[in-house]
Amino acid sequence: MNLLPFYLIVSAFMFFTGVIGVMTRRNAIIVFMSIELMLNSANLTFVAFSSFLGNVSGQVFVFFVMAVAAAEAAVGLAIIISIYRNKMTANIDEINILKW
Amino acid sequence: MIESYIPIFLVFGFAILFSLAVVFSSSLFGPQRPNAEKMTTYESGVKPIGLANERVSVKYYLVAMLFIIFDLEVIFVYPWAVKFKSLYAQQGIQVFWAMIVFLTVFEVGFLYAFKKGGFKWD
Amino acid sequence: MEMKDLFYAMPLLIVGGGILLILLIDMFFKGGKKIIPALTFFILLGTAYYSLFTINQLPIGLMPVSEFGLFYGMLSFGGKAHLFYFLFNFGSAIAVLIANDYLKKIETEYSEYYILLLSSVLGMMLIAGSRNLVMIFIGLEQMSISFYALAGYRRKNILSNEAALKYFLLGSFATGFLIYGMAFIFGTAQSMMLIDIFSQTSVLVKNPLFMIGILLFLIGFTFKIAAVPFHMWAPDVYEGSPTSVTALMATVGKAAAFSAILLIFVSVAKMGPNSVFSSMFSVVAVLSMLYGSIAAIAQKDIKRMLAYSSIAHAGYMTIGLAAVNPSGIAGIIFYLVAYTFMNLGAFGIIALLESKEGKFLSIEDYKGLGTRQPFLAASLAIIMFALSGIPPFAGFFGKYYIFLAAIQSGDTWLALVGVLSSVISVYFYLRVVVYMYFSKSDDESAILEISQTGLLAVIASLVLVIAFGLAPGSLIRLISGLI
Repeated sequence: MNLLPFYLIVSAFMFFTGVIGVMTRRNAIIVFMSIELMLNSANLTFVAFSSFLGNVSGQVFVFFVMAVAAAEAAVGLAIIISIYRNKMTANIDEINILKW
Repeated sequence: MIESYIPIFLVFGFAILFSLAVVFSSSLFGPQRPNAEKMTTYESGVKPIGLANERVSVKYYLVAMLFIIFDLEVIFVYPWAVKFKSLYAQQGIQVFWAMIVFLTVFEVGFLYAFKKGGFKWD
Repeated sequence: MEMKDLFYAMPLLIVGGGILLILLIDMFFKGGKKIIPALTFFILLGTAYYSLFTINQLPIGLMPVSEFGLFYGMLSFGGKAHLFYFLFNFGSAIAVLIANDYLKKIETEYSEYYILLLSSVLGMMLIAGSRNLVMIFIGLEQMSISFYALAGYRRKNILSNEAALKYFLLGSFATGFLIYGMAFIFGTAQSMMLIDIFSQTSVLVKNPLFMIGILLFLIGFTFKIAAVPFHMWAPDVYEGSPTSVTALMATVGKAAAFSAILLIFVSVAKMGPNSVFSSMFSVVAVLSMLYGSIAAIAQKDIKRMLAYSSIAHAGYMTIGLAAVNPSGIAGIIFYLVAYTFMNLGAFGIIALLESKEGKFLSIEDYKGLGTRQPFLAASLAIIMFALSGIPPFAGFFGKYYIFLAAIQSGDTWLALVGVLSSVISVYFYLRVVVYMYFSKSDDESAILEISQTGLLAVIASLVLVIAFGLAPGSLIRLISGLI
């Protein structure tokens, strides 16, 4: 039996959880975690397709996504820390000198 | 295949229903006489001291960030090491140099973090 | 791989090696900090020169894809890729000139600025030359991550912090869409190589999963080019970032994102049901043009105004995508070149005038500039004319070619909306000119000394804007030959 649709459904569910998280949560760190969830749902899709097609390049892509996500996390956390030092908050509703 | 999971789904469904029923029935039928002491977070535990969101030194973040980056770069080395023999037989020495180039770039970054004091604790 | 292959990859190797070299200089030579800006500038200029003069000397775009060839066939060399290399490198070289004294002025002179700048340029080059989805992703992320860091470069300045945070959150949000789209493209096309995907597009477009993938991919890139409905980050980020950084990401950054759309979309559009994408792009184009032009009217901050105008410009370029014909694509590339140098000039002038406390960021401050700084005022006026599309400057021909392409493919109404939006945009561009020449300044104090390198940057962009306006034929012929 073909299990691919189930993986795709789970990853779509994860992806939309992430999207909704980004749109509704107000803490910068949690928004960032939701974005990571989106990336990971894409990873799951890649791995599922890769295994289903017997084509390993999807799994290689996942390596790259993980490495890039780590670099992104490093820069993102640095930005959040620097804003916290200046403003003492990580709530994106309070970060609104520029009109959002 | 999927049919054989039906009992598991049944168990899951039953577990969810049962736990919901227990949680809600206790709030439905139980007596409710709240007082100030009862409403504290740790009613019979040790009195909490200080705030929960205590500030953590920024040094931890720095170390954590560096760890994530240098930790994850290694995922490119493992597959290379596993496949090295067959790749070498196929394509010759350039397989080796490709990894050397990667590691050189990587080490320059490492050196940069070191020189800028990224690994100093104090 | 043979040694002579390395000559093909020269632009990438120079920039990549340059990053490492500058990192090492920064680490080991205390006195080396002084030469870093100059070194960066010459690296970029040299790469631009090399790329420009090898456009036609390399096998166009396509060396034979051998499995073990240079970079395993993941990058293309020569042709369109080298044209984009030239644009990115030359534009960034001008941005370095702008940045050099600007950073001294705002008292944040660190060599990291140049390292990040070079690294973003390398990312852009990877995007423009990629023949594989992995390369597009890595290039885009390298560019974006460098930009996130650059946007927050003034780390003591709360506006800069805020711009960085917004850019970072929304940028990585867009990346999420992009990767998810790529996953579906990979799953349906069963390959990461663009050639393999293109060769089966006519079949794939009937597959709904593939179309979802392309749609998500385009959503990700619509974010990066700041077109409506995914434009909301642009005004905040452009306003909050240091001006020299805005100059970089508003121009070459946008060009890089467009180069990726061209890469993917051109072939899909050729074979697919044109109507689906064409109508989608038409909607994006119309919304971006009108929204950008109308919202810009209300702005008081000049960087914010230019941000809205850049949304409108993204809209004009999207017309070229909606037209789905070769002249539309040539028009987009011409427009990108013109747009890059117009905006570099505009942001260059703002960076020259801006003070550490943020004077000359409000449009009101430009009152009476015509008498206080005649040359800068005249340059800004020319650039504003060019941006609004008044002949004989480069901006006019950019719009001309794109509207022409729309008419050729039968979308005359798109061209009409474009003209209407240009007419609206004349109002806010010329308001700056009116302020400079026909209003008296409340403040007659002398402006701090004008930086020499910054002036050079303004003159260089000005010359190009006028040159491409007076002789657009040679550039458009060059571009058309490459498509």
